[in-house]
Amino acid sequence: MKLSREQWFYIILAGLAGALIVFAPLPVRVAPPSQRTFRVEASQFAYSPAVLTVNPGDTVTIELVSTDVVHGLYVDGYGASVTADPGQTVSLTFIANEPGSFRFRCNVTCGALHPFMIGKLQVGTNTLLWRAVGLALLAAFSGVALFPRPATVKAV
Amino acid sequence: MRSELTRFSVVKSLLKNRWPQLFGFIVMLAGFLYAIMTGFIGTPVGNNNFSTVFVWIAWWAILILVAVPFFGRGWCAVCPIPLPGEWIQRGAILEPPSRKPRRFNLRWPNKLRNIWLQNLTFTLVALFSTVILTTPKVTAVVLAAMLFLAVGMSIVFERRTFCRYLCPVSGFIGLYAQTAPVELRVKDKQVCITCKGKPCYNGSAAGYGCPWDVFPGGLTKNTYCGLCMECLRTCPNDNIAINLRPFAADLGQPSRKLDEAFKAFIMLGAAMVYAGVLLGPWGELKSAAYSVGTVAWFGYVMAFLAFIFGLLPALFWLAVKLGQVLSKSNVPARHVFAAFATALVPLGLMFWVAFSLSFVLTNASYIFIAFSDPFGWGWNLFGTAALTWQPYLTTALVPLQTLVLVGGLLWSVRTAQKVGREVKIQPVPVIVFSMLVTLVMLGLLL
Repeated sequence: MKLSREQWFYIILAGLAGALIVFAPLPVRVAPPSQRTFRVEASQFAYSPAVLTVNPGDTVTIELVSTDVVHGLYVDGYGASVTADPGQTVSLTFIANEPGSFRFRCNVTCGALHPFMIGKLQVGTNTLLWRAVGLALLAAFSGVALFPRPATVKAV
Repeated sequence: MRSELTRFSVVKSLLKNRWPQLFGFIVMLAGFLYAIMTGFIGTPVGNNNFSTVFVWIAWWAILILVAVPFFGRGWCAVCPIPLPGEWIQRGAILEPPSRKPRRFNLRWPNKLRNIWLQNLTFTLVALFSTVILTTPKVTAVVLAAMLFLAVGMSIVFERRTFCRYLCPVSGFIGLYAQTAPVELRVKDKQVCITCKGKPCYNGSAAGYGCPWDVFPGGLTKNTYCGLCMECLRTCPNDNIAINLRPFAADLGQPSRKLDEAFKAFIMLGAAMVYAGVLLGPWGELKSAAYSVGTVAWFGYVMAFLAFIFGLLPALFWLAVKLGQVLSKSNVPARHVFAAFATALVPLGLMFWVAFSLSFVLTNASYIFIAFSDPFGWGWNLFGTAALTWQPYLTTALVPLQTLVLVGGLLWSVRTAQKVGREVKIQPVPVIVFSMLVTLVMLGLLL
């Protein structure tokens, strides 16, 4: 497929817009770091609460309580983990210095759905999601602009 | 833009020779039977059993991340499931026997010559998937059932009826094989028209008639060609070629079939449901999907079916109708609906890739453990049984998924535009649909 000059213009424009979406600093609400403690109950095959929201820089302590069998908690991206026997409460402390959305998951085989026992740690605004949304919108719009419309199709 | 691979004599001889393929078949069949055995007699803990770990993590990763996107129906070329049945049907393992065995060899009923049954079998597996994925015995039952069904159908019906019309995996491989950069095609259609006896379809001393019930001279897309290479062996005119081609070359000719359109919806919707249920933080949803037979499970089933067969097609229908209104088109809506569903093929494939990346990378370490201790009995055959679970590439996962999903959307937009040109209807509403479902998938995975 040979591209026209107009299409090359759109490709370059879309590339620049994409780079802007990926790399431009986004306005984020900065809160002073604080100490955050969560009591998280683990039972087959869920955490409660399943979503933890903290601010970047917070010192996060998760008190993991297992209510049935042995469960664990491993935080993706941070690599921090802890294991709790039934009825036992154990603590995991780390500094949430990486902003974004991270899954935490059970790291001790606890039953059939063990590989899917998952929770979510939200550190500040999920800027990656917003950038991804921006890229998706750009992909759709640039796709429409980039590829020639058939002459037989009337424009919207 | 095509490049013929079979012009290289080494490639051609390798593909024509039955021994390399038989070797592949036997290795796969051994692995398949081993998976059934470990599933039945090994530990019931899914992530410590060869059956579940190798089928749903290792095989699935290879299938959806490599085999389908790059080789289309390449997996079907070595799939062990139809093998024993085919040997019985043919009365031979390699070359055709001098005397054809007496079998029923019935034709598959005309009314069922579509992929609706495959849509049904995939949906059935999907509804029970949370149990199948995690319970070795259930995995073993499903694998064994597929094997026995394939054997039974090979005895009663001609050719590979199970693969073509019933296999739940074959349906979606066929759909997504259209995007692969590999194809089997004839070099010159005119040669096929004048060819006497059509040995590629009817068989000859050199090989069997197409097991997939396809006349290669009429092949225009990858969907129903199983890459078994029989036509390469039987063609007396050296008219069959394996070509490298651009990705998604088949999508330029949109489908007019509703069964194929609904396959696209089922696959797109199932990827979204799995992303929410299996990878989301909602424990109640997981429990509902797992508790087969309970009220909660029936609720999950109803929601699953309503989403895949109701909400998604209904929204898509609205998008298509809007496009028709904008273009003042008189083309039957049913045809346009089916044609535009082609745009969901690359999108659905990329949804599955994004979902599978997360699932596979976080659970891949179980492969090494199960390899050494396949039954979960405390063996350590290769010294890897004591490894601890470790997710891989978790920091790269989200950017990778974003790229895959955004790339899939761009690909879908391009396909929608091509379809729009074919059916002379404004594709923008369909593009908006693709964008909205991509945003939902991004929200579920990121």
